[in-house]
Amino acid sequence: MEGPQAVLLQGNEAVARGALYAGMSFFAGYPITPSTEIAELLSGLLPEEGGVFIQMEDEIASLGACLGASLAGAKAMTATSGPGFSLMQELIGFGSGAEIPVVIVDVMRLGPSTGVPTSPSQGDVMQARWGTHGDHPIIALTADSVAECFEMTVRAFNFSELYRVPVILLIDEIIGHLREKVTLPAAGELAVKNRAAPEMPPEWYEPYAGASNGVPPMSALGGGYRHNVTGLLHDKMGLPTSDPEVIRASTDRLFDKMRRGFGDICLTEEYLCDDAETILISYGSPARSAREAVDALRAEGMKAGLLKLKTLWPFPRAALERFAGKAQRMVVCEMNRGQVYRETLRVGRGRWEVGKVLAPYGELFTPEKIARAVRGGGK
Amino acid sequence: MNTLPNRLILQKYLRHNVHFPHIWCPGCGNGIFLGALLRAIERTGYHRDQIVLVGGIGCIGRATSYVDFNTVHTAHGRALPFATGIKAANPALKVIAIMGDGDAVAIGGNHLIHACRRNIDVTALVVNNFNYGMTGGQMSPTTPEGARTPTSPGGSIEEPFHIADLAACAGASFSARATTFHVREMESLIFKALSRDGFSMVEVISSCPAHYGANNGAKTPVEMMRWQKEYSVPVDKAAALSPEERKKMIITGIIAEREVPGWTEKYRATLDGKREK
Repeated sequence: MEGPQAVLLQGNEAVARGALYAGMSFFAGYPITPSTEIAELLSGLLPEEGGVFIQMEDEIASLGACLGASLAGAKAMTATSGPGFSLMQELIGFGSGAEIPVVIVDVMRLGPSTGVPTSPSQGDVMQARWGTHGDHPIIALTADSVAECFEMTVRAFNFSELYRVPVILLIDEIIGHLREKVTLPAAGELAVKNRAAPEMPPEWYEPYAGASNGVPPMSALGGGYRHNVTGLLHDKMGLPTSDPEVIRASTDRLFDKMRRGFGDICLTEEYLCDDAETILISYGSPARSAREAVDALRAEGMKAGLLKLKTLWPFPRAALERFAGKAQRMVVCEMNRGQVYRETLRVGRGRWEVGKVLAPYGELFTPEKIARAVRGGGK
Repeated sequence: MNTLPNRLILQKYLRHNVHFPHIWCPGCGNGIFLGALLRAIERTGYHRDQIVLVGGIGCIGRATSYVDFNTVHTAHGRALPFATGIKAANPALKVIAIMGDGDAVAIGGNHLIHACRRNIDVTALVVNNFNYGMTGGQMSPTTPEGARTPTSPGGSIEEPFHIADLAACAGASFSARATTFHVREMESLIFKALSRDGFSMVEVISSCPAHYGANNGAKTPVEMMRWQKEYSVPVDKAAALSPEERKKMIITGIIAEREVPGWTEKYRATLDGKREK
């Protein structure tokens, strides 16, 4: 086999290839700008690998088919943008409650509603966390380069399989459509994880009893471990219940299994943060502009750094708290009206100043704009 | 091939020791349907591990959790997308979707017509009681014109869907209609639907004396059954009826049947084609 080769890839293509690397064998989707290339590419590649590509009648059906395929044992993914992501919210809740691994890629465009289909945005951060009703666990990841699209897609599948939770990959239109030279990882270079399967005799199987890590082993439909899956709140056998004590145990477990994983799941990258007095917080394409802004500010003698968020949910609180008492100021750079900004205020509880540089109108985020705002106080 | 007595078929498949009593009202047709389904499944010879029963939300959606197969109780209207994903991901499974009328043709109507068009190898069983029983009997897309419900207190002014005909028009490979009164015919049609590839559907006209009947002059289960008996006409005899007469009647039997390959067979053929290249 040939060694790793550099290729020119688009972010959306890297997502598709990362999914195949992670072992995805099922994709269901509905065309929507700016995510369409993911479906187009997979409609050719997946059948070649013996997998299933199916174009559904809408985004609700797309996620429904993915959840069904996942229950049948497949690693499944769908890809969409804001309007489709809105339609998927109902079944994201189903996936969270019934603990079904699935990956949902949202290539964010400007909204609300149809918005500007071809303009970038990061307006779906809070929707990813709270778009579906009820308290529920969720994981949302981001990427700021084509290489990272590949890496974070693999991680999305791994987290989804390990924690039995829907994982949302939020990339902005700039990254989705960006073309860069990347060297794709060779087979085995990145870890690929699979859901734990039950090993006990079928009559001992309790489908919603957590193992020692809080995550129940998962049997594929038809695997001999017959059980009930439901969106109703359920007991450890998967049967509906309205008993508050049973619900307390099952719901608390959903959050506990995630809490135990925070250390693994919450991914960030620091750039020149150790002595920084001002830390820029950013993710997705704005993080690239923020990094250049840090260089410019450092050249002027300002002690600036960048904390790049790769995981948005669960919010990487610990990565910010590391700087309490050291950095005086955090400045959030994002393409919305302040969704991570508010989260940074909430987590800070007054321990640091919080500023913001926002680009919520579909415009490009220039390093100059960020540097200028930080020099001027960044409020 | 029906080797077990009916009584034992119920015992074989019900989760009687873990999930009863059920939530259905006295006189509901759901139990009659579920019994017929279990007998039809027994006749097919499928092992219960191969069967996946997918349900939506509503009274009949609860049937999934009462029986000992692989069961998936999905969101309202979404049984068919789940069933499609399950079947496409593992064609060895026998996938059955159970829905009510609101589930199948209101909130899930788009999924239904596309499952028919796509001809995905799923058997859909739609139990049609002409109203939303779970929420108190409101008007549904199959409520007959003029029928009174809590959301059509003056009588519905809308034309109802005829579900089996809708499925036939949309491309289902098999579409039939039965009633809970004609229980042996229902069982036989379900068996035929289960024995086919492609998308197969049986619409089962059922009774809701607690709501639909109570609002429309048929308060007892017996009255509702009598109505099913008197207003049913087999499909071959219905041909002679005028359009006005047909509107009032329940036309039972096979509405459409065509030999066309199902989605999974066609998809497998494309995979083989790619491998040969």
